[in-house]
Amino acid sequence: MSEKKEALFSKKNRKLMTDPLDGSNPISVQVLGICSALAITVQVEQAFVMSLAVMAVLLFGNMIVSAMRNLIPSRIRIIVQLVIVAALVILVNELLKAFMPDVSEKLSVFVGLIITNCIIMGRLEAFALGNKVWPSLLDAVGNSIGYGWILVVVAFFRELFGSGKIFGLQIIPESFYEAGYMNNNMMILPPMALITVALIIWAQRSRNTDLIEEN
Amino acid sequence: MAIDKNSNGYTFSFAIAMVVVVGTLLAVASQGLKKRQDKNASDKKMMSILGAINVEASRDNAQEMFDTYVIDSLSKVISGKDIGAKSFDVDIKKEFRDKTLAASNRNYPLYICEKDSNRYYVIPVIGSGLWGPIWGFVALESDYRTIYGATFDHEKETPGLGAEIKQAFYSDQYTRELVADTSGVFQPIVVVKDGSGSGLNSKVDGITGGTITSKGVEEMTTRTLEVYVNYFNSLNN
Repeated sequence: MSEKKEALFSKKNRKLMTDPLDGSNPISVQVLGICSALAITVQVEQAFVMSLAVMAVLLFGNMIVSAMRNLIPSRIRIIVQLVIVAALVILVNELLKAFMPDVSEKLSVFVGLIITNCIIMGRLEAFALGNKVWPSLLDAVGNSIGYGWILVVVAFFRELFGSGKIFGLQIIPESFYEAGYMNNNMMILPPMALITVALIIWAQRSRNTDLIEEN
Repeated sequence: MAIDKNSNGYTFSFAIAMVVVVGTLLAVASQGLKKRQDKNASDKKMMSILGAINVEASRDNAQEMFDTYVIDSLSKVISGKDIGAKSFDVDIKKEFRDKTLAASNRNYPLYICEKDSNRYYVIPVIGSGLWGPIWGFVALESDYRTIYGATFDHEKETPGLGAEIKQAFYSDQYTRELVADTSGVFQPIVVVKDGSGSGLNSKVDGITGGTITSKGVEEMTTRTLEVYVNYFNSLNN
C-alpha cells in the first residue's frame, strides 16, 4: 500500500469536477434528474435554491457513502443509499424549520423532490461506492453544478418569456405590453421545460459532435 | 478479514444497525428541535393573521404586534363553549372535517382586531390544494361583509403555479369584495379563468397553471366563510 499520494487537484481530480459541466452533464447528456428540472424551473430563484439544496445533499451523500463503501453489503446497497439520502434530507429539513424557517418555506416542496432525484442515487451508485472520499466530494461538486447551471438557464428563459421577469424583477418594460406584447403562458407550463432542455441538448451536440450517438 | 460481507448475518446486522442509528438520529433531531419549530409556526400564524389586516410583522416582533392588534385575545370561538386563549391553538381542520362532531360542538375561532380604532374580524380558512393543505386568513370590516384583506399560504403547492396563491397579487384581489349582500345572504367569492375577475364582482382571477389550487381556494373560502357569515347574521338579528 505504498501508493504515491495524489495531489488534491490533480488533472484527474479536476476532470471529475469539470466533466459533468459539459461532456457528461447529468441533465443534457445523461438525461437524469429532468423531473425536477421540469417542475421547478418556472422562476430562476427557485431553480437556484433547488440547485443549492441538491448540492448540499449530494455532497454529504457522496462523502458518507464513499466513507462507508467497504462496509455496505452489496446486496442491500441501494436500500442503504436510499436511507442515507432520505435521512440527510429529513435532517436538513428539520434543521431549516427550526433555525431558518423562511428558507424552509421556500424549499417546501423541493425537499421531497431531492430524495427522488435520480442524479443523487446515480452518483452514489456509480461513483461514491467505488471511490475514495475526496474524489467523491469533487464528483458531487461537479455534478451538482452541472445540474444547477442547466436548471438556472432553463428557468431564465421560462421566467423571462413566461412572466417577463428575472429573479422576480420585471425585465420586459411596461411599454412593450402597452404596444401589444404578451407573456407566453406556454412557457409557464411543464412542456416548455422539456423543449428548452432539448434546445440546450441540441446546442451542446452541435458544438461537441463527440456526443452524437451513432446508430 | 474474518467477516464475510456477503453472508446473511452481516447483511442483516448491517441493516438493523443502520435502522437503529438513523432512527435514533432522526428521533433525537425531531424532538430536540420541536420547541423551536412550534415557536416558528406560531409566529408565522400571527404574522399571517396580522397580514390579513395589512399589518406587517416580522418573526422578531410577531407576538408583540399580535398582542397590540388582536384585542380579543381569547380570539372568540363562534360556536360551542368558551375555550379562552387556547382558541389560538384550535385545529380548525379538525373542526371542519371531523364528522363525529355535532355542529354546535365545533369550535371556529375568530380573531377580533383593532387598528386605527376600526374593528376587523379575521377568519381562518383552511382547505386542500393540489398536493396538500392550503390555508389563509380573511379579514372582514365591521359591516361583516366587506373583505378588508386576505392572506393565503400552502404547504407544498407547485412553485411558480399553485404556490402563487401566497403572493400579494393574488390575495389583493379579495380586498373590498363582498361576502354577503345587504340583507346578509352569503355570496361566495368565485375563482374564474376567463379574466373577468378584476373589479368588485365577487370574482377573482385564478392562476394560470394552478387550476386545482385555485379551485381549492374557492372551495375553502366558500365553505369556511359561510359558517362565519351565518354567525354574523345571528348577531345582527
